[in-house]
Amino acid sequence: MQTRSIPKPLIWLWLVATFVVLAVGYYQAIFVAPPEATMGDIFRIFFYHVPNASLALVPPYINLLASIGYLFWRSSNPARAMAADALAIASAEVTLVLTSIGLITGMLWARPIWGIWWTWDYRLTTYLLLWLLYVSYVLLRRMSSSGQTYTLAAVLSIFAAVDVPITFMSIRWWRTQHPGPVLTGGQVDKSMLPAIFWNIAGWGMWTVFVLCFRYALERRRQGLAATKAQEFLSEGDARGY
Amino acid sequence: MDFMSYARHVVAHLRKDLRIEWRAKDSINGMLFFSLLVVVVFSLAFDPTSYPTVARQISGGLLWVGLLFAAMTALNQSWSRELRNHVLDAHRLAPSSASTLFLGKALANFFFVSAVEVVLAPVFAIFYNLHPLGQSWLLLLILPLGTWALVCNGTFFAALSLRTRNRELLLPLVLLPISAPALLAMTQATTAVLTGDSEPGLWLRALVGYDVIFTTLCMLLFDLVLRED
Repeated sequence: MQTRSIPKPLIWLWLVATFVVLAVGYYQAIFVAPPEATMGDIFRIFFYHVPNASLALVPPYINLLASIGYLFWRSSNPARAMAADALAIASAEVTLVLTSIGLITGMLWARPIWGIWWTWDYRLTTYLLLWLLYVSYVLLRRMSSSGQTYTLAAVLSIFAAVDVPITFMSIRWWRTQHPGPVLTGGQVDKSMLPAIFWNIAGWGMWTVFVLCFRYALERRRQGLAATKAQEFLSEGDARGY
Repeated sequence: MDFMSYARHVVAHLRKDLRIEWRAKDSINGMLFFSLLVVVVFSLAFDPTSYPTVARQISGGLLWVGLLFAAMTALNQSWSRELRNHVLDAHRLAPSSASTLFLGKALANFFFVSAVEVVLAPVFAIFYNLHPLGQSWLLLLILPLGTWALVCNGTFFAALSLRTRNRELLLPLVLLPISAPALLAMTQATTAVLTGDSEPGLWLRALVGYDVIFTTLCMLLFDLVLRED
């Protein structure tokens, strides 16, 4: 199996740039941005919560497209199908990491501000269900035997993609019937914008890096599995099976 | 394939499943006793007869949780019986469309779970001392629609988990997150009927939409799950 790889110096450059942007983001969030009028310093969690929670909504689309790609190419172009599958698992796991960070930072913020760790607000509930869906996706991949994983996972990914908008709508109806605490929205002050911008950029670069890294890892795993299968077959040939 | 022969294949699959169940009665007996146990265990935890208002508010959810877990036991069995004597391989080779097998099986499971509901609903009303305050005839719509939502996806994912290592464990792990909106709709609709506080119309429509969307999806994708190696 052949894989095209990105030149190593470029990867290092990207990683260093990511850390630099994250460092600037940290500086902006902790030292430059003023304390918020009512929430004080606790507000600074938002500079980490907002980027991770919003970035988490991107990789599910990659996962869906990659899964459809796998189903589409699986008999006509198996090599490309395997690449699509590697992209699918990579994006699913990145979704899981980002949603986990979003949930945890959200809870850390909610405890001092709302006085509770969790509330069944529609946004929180939808988000939790998104997390649960991708946990079940990853579990399915763990529990199925190697040959069938790809198709079954792709099927589940399509189900999950159809399910997400329905979940979103139904939970919205549920919570409008029973009003609960709502995020106190409002205009973000101009002095907060640089911190938000730098952190979204930094975590976005980090996400791209982790996604590519996980993809490369999965491609290597596939390559190893293919080599092993090939060796097994040639061994059988040598013994005259 | 024209519609008539498609329908004939579905009916053939359905009749086969009904006949097997009629002779053994494993799934129905298991489900009935299981859901009865769920009713008893929950009433030990909540003491519903002393708090009629609370009982009305929570029993919609309890009923569906009981049915969901009962259905789960039957769904796993309904496919594993096809594994004996390599029946499933024969289905794979059969010249009929894969979705006929799925529809036949899903309809059979639907009948089994509905039969359990017919027995369970009165028992529930007696043990929880329930007097619905809304329009109770609406339950005749909510129960079948909710059951189909569970059973349709349940049959699909049971077939999917059949091809994995720990199949009994995997089914609830995959089915529950996907069914979350349906579970929400059916418990909300049932609670609305029992308490009479709100109108179940919105949730009924949501259930119809869920049923239509996921039945279509299951029928489209079942071939992949059955025939893929």
